[in-house]
Amino acid sequence: MSPRAAWRLESLGFGDVYDYVAGKLDWMAAGLPTEGTNAERPRAGGVARKDVPICGVKERLGAVRDRVRELGWDAVVVVNDERVVLGLLRSKELDADPDLLIEQAMRPGPSTFRPFVFIEEMARFLVEHRLESSPVTTSDGRLVGLLLQEDAVHESLPHEP
Amino acid sequence: MPREIDRNEVRRLLDGGAQLVEVLPPSEYEEDHLPGALSLPLRQIERQAESLLQRGRPVIVYCWDAA
Repeated sequence: MSPRAAWRLESLGFGDVYDYVAGKLDWMAAGLPTEGTNAERPRAGGVARKDVPICGVKERLGAVRDRVRELGWDAVVVVNDERVVLGLLRSKELDADPDLLIEQAMRPGPSTFRPFVFIEEMARFLVEHRLESSPVTTSDGRLVGLLLQEDAVHESLPHEP
Repeated sequence: MPREIDRNEVRRLLDGGAQLVEVLPPSEYEEDHLPGALSLPLRQIERQAESLLQRGRPVIVYCWDAA
């Protein structure tokens, strides 16, 4: 639709016309703010915990587990140098053989969600699929944060005014 | 000829004073739109572009995605 609009504006004499072809979906998938009636509704990107621990594929599980649990976490997201999500370790994976490399212990290619998904939708999905958490990423796979089921359920409940 | 741009260029042009225009139907605009965007649905362009937009400034149009 936007290419037709751009061409039409140009034909009407607007000389400097640009087409943001990736559009609103791309903007919202990057976790950027929007305006409108939905702007105040909680979404995955806003509720996801940004302080989730991260690690690399070549680290040893034992060292990562100690670091993660010392921080009070029971999950760690595996990323590369560009913060692109490669894997996830939840409590079960963290309890595996400490001598394993992270790449051997991790759950590779976890399901990820975009930041603009409404929190009610996320809560329903996480509960139905019995997931304790899920990474939230931009459309190019970069980590925004980890959304915990308990946070999603809490945020999707009606709040007292 | 209109030029296709990405998100980074959108932000750069907006910093330089470009006008941002959503061409989706008004109901979709009302729910979510990019900060500062104007609503100019595709079918209203003929009638409203002149009054809504300033000719001396660049115009960026967008819809939902590339599909």
